[in-house]
Amino acid sequence: MSRKLVIIGAGMASGRLLEHLVDAAPGAFDITLFGAEPRGNYNRIMLSPVLAGDKSYDEIVTHDAAWYRAHGITTRFGEPVVKIDRRARRVITAAGPTGYDALVIATGSAAFFIPVPGNDLPGVVGFRDMDDVETMLQAARRGGEAVVIGGGLLGLEAAAALRAQGMEVTVVHLMGHLMERQLDEAAGYLLRKELESRGITVLCDAHTRAILGHDRAEAVALEDGRVIGADLVVMAAGIRPETRLAVDAGLHVERGIVVDDAMHTSDPHIFALGECVEHDSVVYGLVAPLYDMAAVLAKTLTGHEARFRPPAISTRLKVTGVELFSAGDFATGEGREDIVFRDPARGIYKRLVLRDDRIIGIVMYGDTADASWFFDKLTCGEDIAPIRDTLIFGPAFQPGQEPASATAALPGTAEICGCNGVAKGSILAAIRAGATSLAEVKARTGASASCGGCAGLVEQILADTLGADFEAPQVQPVCACTDLGHDDIRRLIRAQKLKSIPAVMQEAGWKTSCGCHLCRPALNYYLLCEWPLEYRDDAQSRLVNERNHANIQRDGTFSVMPRMWGGMTTPAQLRAIADAAEKYDVPAVKVTGGQRIDLLGVKRDDLPAIWADLNAAGMVSGHAYSKGLRTVKTCVGTDFCRFGTQDSTGLGIRLEKILWGSWTPHKVKLAVSGCPRNCAEATCKDVGIVCVDSGYEVGVAGAAGMDLKKTEPLARVATEDEAVDLTVAFIQLYRENARYLERPYRWVERIGMDWVRARVVEDEAERAALIERFELSQSVYRKDPWAEQARPEYGPRKWQPLADLTLEAAE
Amino acid sequence: MSSTIESTTRPATAAAGKGDMGRWIDIAALDDIPPRGARVIRTRLGCIAIFRTHDDRVFALDDRCPHKGGALSDGLVHGHAVTCPLHAWVISLEDGRVQGGGEGRVGTHMVRVAAGRILIDASLATRNAA
Repeated sequence: MSRKLVIIGAGMASGRLLEHLVDAAPGAFDITLFGAEPRGNYNRIMLSPVLAGDKSYDEIVTHDAAWYRAHGITTRFGEPVVKIDRRARRVITAAGPTGYDALVIATGSAAFFIPVPGNDLPGVVGFRDMDDVETMLQAARRGGEAVVIGGGLLGLEAAAALRAQGMEVTVVHLMGHLMERQLDEAAGYLLRKELESRGITVLCDAHTRAILGHDRAEAVALEDGRVIGADLVVMAAGIRPETRLAVDAGLHVERGIVVDDAMHTSDPHIFALGECVEHDSVVYGLVAPLYDMAAVLAKTLTGHEARFRPPAISTRLKVTGVELFSAGDFATGEGREDIVFRDPARGIYKRLVLRDDRIIGIVMYGDTADASWFFDKLTCGEDIAPIRDTLIFGPAFQPGQEPASATAALPGTAEICGCNGVAKGSILAAIRAGATSLAEVKARTGASASCGGCAGLVEQILADTLGADFEAPQVQPVCACTDLGHDDIRRLIRAQKLKSIPAVMQEAGWKTSCGCHLCRPALNYYLLCEWPLEYRDDAQSRLVNERNHANIQRDGTFSVMPRMWGGMTTPAQLRAIADAAEKYDVPAVKVTGGQRIDLLGVKRDDLPAIWADLNAAGMVSGHAYSKGLRTVKTCVGTDFCRFGTQDSTGLGIRLEKILWGSWTPHKVKLAVSGCPRNCAEATCKDVGIVCVDSGYEVGVAGAAGMDLKKTEPLARVATEDEAVDLTVAFIQLYRENARYLERPYRWVERIGMDWVRARVVEDEAERAALIERFELSQSVYRKDPWAEQARPEYGPRKWQPLADLTLEAAE
Repeated sequence: MSSTIESTTRPATAAAGKGDMGRWIDIAALDDIPPRGARVIRTRLGCIAIFRTHDDRVFALDDRCPHKGGALSDGLVHGHAVTCPLHAWVISLEDGRVQGGGEGRVGTHMVRVAAGRILIDASLATRNAA
């Protein structure tokens, strides 16, 4: 007599289990299949193509009524099981009890609805089953706006499909880049770029505060105050194992229903598989391990021994036109090596993570043709040492072939320069016609003449073709993470409108996953200078002084220096400084060369408090720690001095109030002297103004540090306003063109005073544009960082310890 | 292979060493540390820096550079390494070794992440100078 087998849940795992059972032991079981949905087993992973309109429901059905009939399986679809009665070994539905000898729970998982107000409004849906898809398709037919919460696999498939159906789609993602569990930042960036090119708006680091609406969802409100219109809200922020029946039945349940290697639950007559289970503390959501579980459980049920072993898992995104693959562990680390291949022109990124000459992680974007070849090597742990040099190029270059450069493998029709449409063949023709350098190829073909992103490829073609005759020009790279120099990077940021550090690293072909202490501060500066409104300053890419808004000292304490506009102060401010010095036990108080007072040896923990005290007395940060404006040194000028010709203190204060808070490639110091006696020592500053009877002599590019250099005259002007304009325009020109950590005198030495004068002095339109761009940037950065850092919301996160274990009782 | 469902796994232990395995103290949420950042915890034997890397791994090291004692928690975090704020020594977060030829090694401690919480080896709370 056949055993009574009851299965709860008609999903992909139970569908696969049924196939194994009817194959291996036809007639051994009297099977009843319960499903809460009014449908049978269908291929849930194909819901995205159905939503996108690429497939119909009928095409994704895996088992139809005829199949169940042919194998004698009783189906009870649309009849949810409400209870498991373990003692009597039966399950209860609205129609009454059904007895079992063996029970399989395969209830899957449900969408996790993030706990925000409005998450239960009509118009808010998950993306788990055919009903959800139908709800979304109905909404899409009406058009309008959709917001997808969650930028993981599921959310992005939904977003792309809804966009294909004609909706305006915004993805709201909590993390810094898309699909962070499967992709590194570089691949996440490429994916975002592709989705944005389809008209999908992507918001990362975005926290949902509430879903707004009266009778149904109308908009999504974010923590930062933005409100996005939404006729449809798709919750794709994760899944939750559906364990309610098991919990009620008193089975052992953690995050999922706990099963052993053979898929037993804590009750010997009850088994479980699929997304509802937890095996060895892991809950699975991808289909491959679920199929493995089905095979194991079929063996267990038919009396054979089998053990479930967690498999290597790989991921692909099912969005038409997006090639993306990820598998294994792709974190960087000691003992691990990366092989990275980037082809910025074609938007290709491939990264293999190796450990002990074996592939342990794979991330591919743009070209995944070789994914299965790599994944094979990962799963069987093949020793790749013999083919390491050519591994990244895939099976086409194996085995025994000479290591070939990526460009040598390209056909003549391959486009090298995307901006000017130059193919490899044209570049080869230019080389055959006598071009031997990048500059000559550029002049003859136009390749790399625009954004310059393909310069490396052109040089590689030159090297492939000319061999030893080609000498690559010696550009000093920014650091070991890249071959490109500072100027190349800035040009790329402008030409390709790159607005994040991962974007620059991808397009410029960075060799490391997230840079180093040399390149990250430089990139952060270039981005905030180029895109003041769009780019958000990255505190983690700043070195200690700029991150902590104070100068670190050799013993780990900090120095604190309030701003004294133009070197002027008041008794009240001096009193506040004295009070702060006493209150915080400041060991040294020093008058500086920049006409300010330095409090040295302040403990890190005290920084926010001492700033708050100084703020309360009306003082702000002196930025004595920044690559930015430091001081404007002045003499007392016409106010008091019998020789003074102009109001030098007034001009100094005015300049400082305009310039403070701005970030520059290196520090910037100014001075204004009231007469040619030059008491403020203006002739050795980055910008120095010397007042004379007839007006103002503006000099730039002086130095009095490692080098000593007199300023060079920029112009002589009649009015204070003109002197201010020249100063601001010069500093903006410096901000936009100098290399990071290059002082103005070095920069001017390199590019020439004539070039500077032509833009700042002679071309009035350019001068006005420079001033306008400076003001735009200052609308963001002209603010006191101390006041910001001392605010309570910064305190706990940045300045206080994460925990204080000195207070724990000793054992 | 593909899926409409997200895979969820419990992150594995990020560091290993001696200590009473299995006893952990929950000290904070992972999100209390910015990615590529660090915060410190105070213990009786000095500060320990807890680092969160770009890939959301967490490491715990003594907050002292072997060179001149710089606070590594104020360094710049890149990959699984940190650059000391004082003289730019680069320290591996994985094993505390100085990279690129410097002498010395920074002590590492057991830490792990579970369900978005940072857990540290319980013995750090009870250790004493004695």
